Parts: sequence; structure tokens; C-alpha cells
Amino acid sequence: MRTTPVIATHGLVKVYTTGASEVRALRGIDLVVQRGEFVAVMGASGSGKSTLMNILGCLDVPTEGSYELDGERVDGLGKNELADIRNRKIGFVFQGFNLLPRTSAAENVELPLLYDRSRPPRATRQLALEALARVGLADRAHHMPNELSGGQQQRVAIARALVTQPALLLADEPTGNLDSRTSVEVMALFQQLNAQGITIVLVTHERDIARYTQRVVELRDGRVVRDLAVAERADAATDLLSPAFAAEAV
Amino acid sequence: MRRTMVLLKIAWQSILRNPLRTLLTMLGIIIGVGAVIVMVAVGLGAKERINQQIQNLGTNMIILTAGASSQGGVSQGAQSFNRLTVANAEALRRDATLLTAVSPVIIAPGQVIGGVGNWRTHTQGVSTDYQVIRDWPLASGTFFDLTDQRNARKVAVLGATVAENLFPGQDPVGQEIQIRSVPFKVIGVLARKGQTAGGADQDDVIIAPYTTVQTRLAGRQFIPQILAATASSADIPAAMEEIRAIMREQHRLASWEEDDFTVRNQTDLAQAAERTTEVMTLLLAAIASISLLVGGIGIMNIMLVSVTERTREIGIRLAVGAHGADVLTQFLVESTVMALVGGALGVVAGFAGARLLASLTGWDTVVSPPTVVLALAFSAAVGIFFGFYPARKAAKLNPIDALRYE
Repeated sequence: MRTTPVIATHGLVKVYTTGASEVRALRGIDLVVQRGEFVAVMGASGSGKSTLMNILGCLDVPTEGSYELDGERVDGLGKNELADIRNRKIGFVFQGFNLLPRTSAAENVELPLLYDRSRPPRATRQLALEALARVGLADRAHHMPNELSGGQQQRVAIARALVTQPALLLADEPTGNLDSRTSVEVMALFQQLNAQGITIVLVTHERDIARYTQRVVELRDGRVVRDLAVAERADAATDLLSPAFAAEAV
Repeated sequence: MRRTMVLLKIAWQSILRNPLRTLLTMLGIIIGVGAVIVMVAVGLGAKERINQQIQNLGTNMIILTAGASSQGGVSQGAQSFNRLTVANAEALRRDATLLTAVSPVIIAPGQVIGGVGNWRTHTQGVSTDYQVIRDWPLASGTFFDLTDQRNARKVAVLGATVAENLFPGQDPVGQEIQIRSVPFKVIGVLARKGQTAGGADQDDVIIAPYTTVQTRLAGRQFIPQILAATASSADIPAAMEEIRAIMREQHRLASWEEDDFTVRNQTDLAQAAERTTEVMTLLLAAIASISLLVGGIGIMNIMLVSVTERTREIGIRLAVGAHGADVLTQFLVESTVMALVGGALGVVAGFAGARLLASLTGWDTVVSPPTVVLALAFSAAVGIFFGFYPARKAAKLNPIDALRYE
């Protein structure tokens, strides 16, 4: 039995107009992501992957084309409706972690719950602590971001993305600011979450990182040029035990 | 309601997150509100004091001074042409039906010797009615009587200050003093009356019969002031008219001539003083309000910097589902809470400042509840007014740009 896809776009076009010149960032993207998939979106800079990411994340609206997120038409929605969709259906993980400074891990994770208009902001702290436990940071709940390592900060960000139980986890270059070992650790966490059934779309330009996903969608000049399943999927947890990383792990 | 609570919580968290910035922002408001409260307290204190002192002058007193009041034409200035005489006072005493007491006041400054040393003061020549007019009881001894007055006897009643300085620790009644080398016998001491509205010591005075002062000390034909009193305050307006009529007749003024004297009563004095202090209070409050305004601009300044500095934060909030209105409310609440807390601290500072000023200068200060309420309301208004522009700027940010902001 087919379930509703998490992402279903048809003919997505995005045109940026700056003065007289037009930039066609997306030229018709058809993309379907099923529930439970782990997809990497790849492409060089200027390929349109950031634009696609923004539209998939409901931060921006397409010029043309349709977008159904978790069975709901979201193209053509207003600013506040998009904000509510982001709040309920999408968890963001950014390259720069984007945690609130001078705010404890727990309070950072709590943040999306405070803006949830669909339910009373009750037991938010409890949910935040549970989300932190899922990413293995239960004991760091009261630390400030500047007291945490880069990998820990990114895991707090992932906890924040998970806390609303979104339909889609959207990660924009999540390993861009991390060293290679920490990057693999974060990918191990993503794989673990994906195994629990969470749908993940990850934007990256690193092939090494894309190896850990199930499917790679490659963009060039605003079009999908390749959409393939990953043949030899790497397991991040195993990689961490390899001699290259094991030495550093001490 | 629930959403408001959440937004209040968010705003409160971010206020606490940066205590130094918050304190600096509030400083302007604290100083502004504090200054307004202290200034108004000083003004109100002065007003209260003046009212008290005017009551203290005597009950139902009417004051007649020489010289036209400034109304109409070119005034020669009060008392520039002195035309009050003892005869005028006697005419008023004789002819006026509404006056219960009339006394000329002749002032003779001079050195007084007696008791333990000497003292520079002034001697007032008055009539036996003076004590009634000023409502001024005696501490010891007696006031001079009509016989003393008629015979121009050299008797004196000392003010409390003079008595203390010449006869410390003893009763001067029965002692002899010399006023400008003229020997006087002390027959009484007046009770302490305190300072005048102008700060002069009312007790630094010697009272003697005007007949004596005129013949022995002053010798001038004209006198600066005549005091009178009525039986009740209701009689005052009519009594003042009566005085005018008698004085115009006494001075033989033609109908087209203006009064060459001025009749005032305590109410006039009180009103004049009140107007003066009101203007002063208003002026002080206006000056202090400027600092409140500057404080408000300080809030706007910090909030604008804060919005820029927190662009990423705003981006994060928008990305995880905050509406523009949520961000607007958050920043508005932040600036309003800061202004209100600053205002409350300013009230405390104002109370302390008013106390301190009172103890340092001896001025009366009165912090009135309406001032406190007004200052708080004003600081909240400042917070909302000056917080709105930065808040709107924050709310209008695009989440994509805000997230990328470095």
C-alpha cells in the first residue's frame, strides 16, 4: 500500500528578479521523497540546491509549480501559514548550527514548541529533554552553546529539529562546519534516526557525506541531472571504528 | 492569553540573557524617571512649605503696602513714593467697620546690646493689635498695652531667636536691653514661629510700640506696611474694598487717579506663591522629562543595535515557526518591560534621591503617588513608542536572509 509521499513537487520553477536581469535558479524540478527515505541533494554552488532547500523548507515560495508536503499543498500559502507549516512539519538543521547564544541546550530545543499554535505549550521542557536524550545529550541540557563542542552543538540543533516530531528533517550542509570525525558522528546519528523511520533530506556538496544516505539527487543549473540509489551505502557507526578514526577517538 | 504568556516568557528570557545590555538600556530611563520624581518632589515640597508658612503669617490678615501694584500704565515701582503714614493706620482703625485690628509696621534695623552680648536684628514698631493680627502667642511675659503705646514707653517684646542669642538659658523678661543705644525694658518673649516662605527667620525680631519706634529709632514720617485683620475670612473681600475707599480718601486721590497703594490678603499671597511654585515644578519636570526622552531614545538605539545583532536569532525564530507578529511582540515586550523595570527602579532612585536631597539641603520634598503612577505610565509609553520601530524592523526580516546574516 502506497503512503502519501513526504515531498512531492511538480515543475518547480524559481526566478529571482534583480533589477532588469532574471536569474532562473530552478527550471522545473520534479521530486518525490517517500516516508522513511534518506536523500542527499548534491550539486555545485549555483546549481540551485540552496533555492530548492529553501522551497522544500517552506522558507521561500516557488515562482511556478506545485509542492505538496506530507499531503498538504504548500505553494501559494501566506507568510504566517508557511511559518506554521515549518513549525509543525519541518525540522531544520543548519550548517552553522544556529543555536540561540546564551541560551541553554534545553531552552534551544524547546524553542519550536513555544511557537506551536496548534497545541498548548505544555510540558515543553519535558519534550525538550526527551529530544536531547535521543541525540545522546541528556547530561548537557543546561549547558550553554559556547560550553559545547561543534558536534554537540549540532546534536542540540538536531534535537531541536526532532522535538516537534516533524514529517521531514531538512539538513543544510550539516557537516560543513565540523571536522571529519565529528561529521561521521553526526552522520551516524542521522542514520540512526532514519532507521527509526524519520525522513531526512540532506543538502551537501561532499560525496563522502552523501555515501551515508540511501539516494542521491544531483542538481545542475536548476535541473535534476541524476537521481540514483546509493549502491554501496556506508555505515557511519562502522566507519567510526576504522583505524583512521579510532586513533583520534581516545 | 496563553500566547501572550509564552511571548512574555520569551521576552523575559532574552532580557535576562544579556544583563549588562539590559542595565545600560534601562539606565537612561532610571535616571529620567528618578529625575522627574525628585524634581517634582522638590517642587511639591516647596509648595507645601509655602502654604504652611502663609497660614503661619496670621489668620484673616490683610496687608496694605505703599506704591501702586504694577497694573496699568508705567509703574514707578512699589514703594518708590512712600505714602503710608501712621495717620492712615489710625484712620483705618477709626473708620473701617469690618476690620477688627489694624497695626502699622515700622521697621528699624540696628544693633541690640543686652544680656550676654549684642545682636544685629531689626525692631518692628507695631500697635497692640499686632499680636491679634499675626495670631502670635507669647512664650513668657506680656505684650505691651495701650498705655505703653500711648506714652511711647520703651518696652520691647523679643522674638525667640533674639531672646536665645542675648539671654541663652534664661528668661529675659524684666531685663534691660539697648536698641541703638536706647534702653528698653523686656516685657515679653514671643513663641517661636519659624521661617517665612522666603526663608527669613520670623523670630529674629524685636517688637515695640510703633510710637516708641517712631520717636526713638526710626523717625520717619512714612511707614512701609499696615497690617489689618477681619473677624472672618468671609469679610476679607469687602474689608479690602473698605480699605481702598478709606485710603483713597486719605490720599485724596481723584477718581481718575490710580491707587498709590496695594491691598493684598493671604489668599492672593498664597495664589501668587502657588503659581510660582507650580511654574517652577513644571519647569523642573520639563527639564527632567528631557532626560526621560533621552532615555527613550537610548532604548530605541539599543533595540536597533539589538535587532541587527540578533538578526540570526530572529532568523532562527522565524525558521522554527514564529510569525512576524510574534517577533514584533517579543521585541515590543522587551523594550516595554525594560522601560517599566527601569521606571520602577527610577521610582526607587527618585524616592532615595528626594530623601537624600531633603537631608542634605533641608528642603521639604514630597513624593506624590500621582507622580509615581504618571512616571511609570510615561516610561511604559516610552518603551512602546521607541520600541516599535526596531520591533517592526525585526518582524519584517526575511528568514532566509536573517539566517545567512553574519
